[in-house]
Amino acid sequence: MYPANFDYQKAASVDAALKAMADNPELKIIAGGHSLLPAMKLRLAQPPALLDIFNLEELKGIKEDGDFYVVGAMTTHADVMRSHLPLFPEVAGWVGDPMVRNRGTIGGSLAHADPSADYPAAALATGAEFVIRGLGGERTVGADEMFLGMFESAVEAGELLTHIRIPKGITASVYEKYRHPASHYAIVGVAMARHADGQIRAAYTGAAEKAARLPKLEERLNAGQDAGTGLVEGADMLGDRFASAEFRAHLVDVLSDRAAKRLG
Amino acid sequence: MQLQVNGKTRQVQREDELLLWVLRDELGLTGTHYGCGIGICGSCTVLVDGQVTRSCLTPVASVAGKAVTTLEGLARTGRDGAVTLHPVQQAFVENPLQCGWCLPGHVMSAVALLNANPAPTPEQIDDSAGINLCRCGGYNNVRKAVARAAELKRGGL
Repeated sequence: MYPANFDYQKAASVDAALKAMADNPELKIIAGGHSLLPAMKLRLAQPPALLDIFNLEELKGIKEDGDFYVVGAMTTHADVMRSHLPLFPEVAGWVGDPMVRNRGTIGGSLAHADPSADYPAAALATGAEFVIRGLGGERTVGADEMFLGMFESAVEAGELLTHIRIPKGITASVYEKYRHPASHYAIVGVAMARHADGQIRAAYTGAAEKAARLPKLEERLNAGQDAGTGLVEGADMLGDRFASAEFRAHLVDVLSDRAAKRLG
Repeated sequence: MQLQVNGKTRQVQREDELLLWVLRDELGLTGTHYGCGIGICGSCTVLVDGQVTRSCLTPVASVAGKAVTTLEGLARTGRDGAVTLHPVQQAFVENPLQCGWCLPGHVMSAVALLNANPAPTPEQIDDSAGINLCRCGGYNNVRKAVARAAELKRGGL
């Protein structure tokens, strides 16, 4: 497995990366490389040039800012696992395997917007915000506006996802996952968080072309009812050789019920 | 660029290459195997600052200044030239696999596991071994070898 030829350079800073992207629109950002490099070796992607931002210290680590934790986009899954963030450490522990968690980054995963990735459900359940920087300045996108479709996030050409802001005050959270036994991707994952105001937010991943909130489930749980069934009735579910659309819809119900019981 | 490999500083010519090919082709450290090349099989596993890492998916430039450990960096050679295998290597000598292609990855994963957890449960051993694919089905011996390595390590070998 060899990729097509490409140029490689390391970015010296976020600003330098943004300038380089403006100069060369074909430049592709590489973070941990555990989605991009396999895609390049399988020739599903053939970027002519890579810009490596994995080692940028300004994008690593977790800080606090008022009512938010601010997570650098190049913080690895292994570091997220060891952190005191709400929900995300449990979710990070479900990502891939130890090698993926040692190299893969939270920002890389979220910007990539793989419909079977774990973090999008966590971002939706916690109401995370995304700090996206371009040459023209910085903007903040809410979780509900971040995931647009299969492998499509709100990060536009020439922009970089720099930080993820996760609200403090979440009092309880859980993640339930039915994973593919070989790839460890989510066939379905359900994330749930009880917020400071007592309201529960829930979201699923893996089951449709993008991760999404579960409004029917939230409504029931916040009214003190059980999760029940038919949570994604009428929604367009993914069906493939691993799991039919019907089975995925069923898994959303089962995992939501388990998550609600664990959340208490 | 310079690379820290097995405790030595090595000069590396190709900065735009993956770690696996720098180790194998440039530094001649062929103990790190090329299996699938797409981050699935684990036979290219090395340690970067002690963490299991797939060298086939790691640009060499991104590990500059970090400590890379390969299979060749595990055994110790005494002043008299006698080689002492690492406990994990010794344990796999006692509990060998069939073809051995996946073995370097298994050894490196077990080294990282035992550094983090000197007394893993059978479930923790299976979890760790599962990141390295063995097509010969040698997992029974992997399980025995890792448990034996933990024993040898505790015995101070």
